[in-house]
Amino acid sequence: MKEFLEGSRTVARTVRLCRPGVIAAYPITPQTHIVEDLAQMVADGELDSQFINVESEHSAASVVLGAVAAGVRAFSATSSQGLLLMAEVIFNIAGMRLPLVIVNANRAVSAPINIWNDHQDSVTVRDAGILQFYAENNQEVADLVLLAYRVGEDPKISLPALVCMDGYILTHGHEVVDIPEQKQVDKFLPEFQPVVKLDPENPETMGYLGTPEIYMETRYALQETMLEALEVITSASQEFERIFGRALPPFYEAYKLEDAERAIVAMGSVAGTIKEVVDEMRQEGQKVGLLKLITYRPFPADALYEALENVPEIAVLEKAISMGAFGPVYTDLKASFQGKEAAPKISGFVIGLGGRDVSKDSIRRVFEELRGPQTPAKFMDVKTELVTA
Amino acid sequence: MYAPLITKPGSSLERKTGSWRTNLRPKFLQKDCIACRLCYLICPEGCISGKEKNTFISDYNYCKGCGLCAGVCPKDDIEMVPEGETK
Repeated sequence: MKEFLEGSRTVARTVRLCRPGVIAAYPITPQTHIVEDLAQMVADGELDSQFINVESEHSAASVVLGAVAAGVRAFSATSSQGLLLMAEVIFNIAGMRLPLVIVNANRAVSAPINIWNDHQDSVTVRDAGILQFYAENNQEVADLVLLAYRVGEDPKISLPALVCMDGYILTHGHEVVDIPEQKQVDKFLPEFQPVVKLDPENPETMGYLGTPEIYMETRYALQETMLEALEVITSASQEFERIFGRALPPFYEAYKLEDAERAIVAMGSVAGTIKEVVDEMRQEGQKVGLLKLITYRPFPADALYEALENVPEIAVLEKAISMGAFGPVYTDLKASFQGKEAAPKISGFVIGLGGRDVSKDSIRRVFEELRGPQTPAKFMDVKTELVTA
Repeated sequence: MYAPLITKPGSSLERKTGSWRTNLRPKFLQKDCIACRLCYLICPEGCISGKEKNTFISDYNYCKGCGLCAGVCPKDDIEMVPEGETK
């Protein structure tokens, strides 16, 4: 049913449809509305779930780890510092192969303290073995939560997933969203069948000592499984369309890319602004396009290569940077094209950190910059006069 | 794909960690032992076994060479000797 809802409420309503048995979270701006809503649903008897209050995100992540280890579907949500505090536990959740979904309201990382949007928090945990999806709008957040459970709980995969939504821009933005029927969700997401679970009748140990004789195999298995997840994401996205009647592209959305001479690659809500600029520039006769990256981990390198190989000039627009190097997506994309014949010119741009507004003018200037020399990590809209040597 | 991530209780026996030992290991002289079992009790690895006098030994598959057994022995019947000494 179509409703006009806040992004956070959209997530809470979708999570309710997923029937998690345990929810644990710690409040943090701009995520708080999500778990506030879920707590209310549990208190009102609308959701048969245990809502466990904790004293930190480290504990929240540990509680959902334990819940999934006991064979129960679980959910958490966080943001920024909270996600970083969860980071240690997230590596454990992935290493123990426990599927669960965490929604991250993307927010900048301290210092200086900043509660506004960028992607530095989630890209910082990219190496943990957690699937990562980025949403452009609130409908996509809801759909990705469903997809994330489905893919993560697939017995071939059994991995956690992080669904990323831009803080404030999506969490506090109101949009019309199509909330699916319970019976549709039940069909797409049957009861959780854990690959392994803790059971007093049949005692097992998870996450035990991995000596040099076996540790490397556990990491190899994680890497291979991440790559296998690319296929599972593809089939899950087809099943999604069959059940819910709307498309959810598995890895990326191509927008006016077929004949594009210049294209931007970006993740998250900024894709909406870029689409508007693409439309305007197309009207002026400029062949520009967009590739909106949805699946960041696993990185769909082959699919991106095929989608972009005929675009001569590409800008990777990122709300994050690996300090002292480049933007993380830029690095991955460059690696995907390394050694290929007639590879496109790929430039990296850092934009919109800590909630700095990304205007249509900024996007247009990125397209114009592409005409110039290749740049690895150019900060856009930065007031260098405020920075002293 | 899965690696050996899950195991039954008691798996620590499968992980032979004696190679972490540094340069000394306990040598049970088995001369003046009174079977007080203090070495057995204090061993943080739980790898000392024995029942009667002069029967106690350490399992070098797990012993880390901490020397607590040698320190606690009231009869000085356990010596810390360099790794490789066979006598």
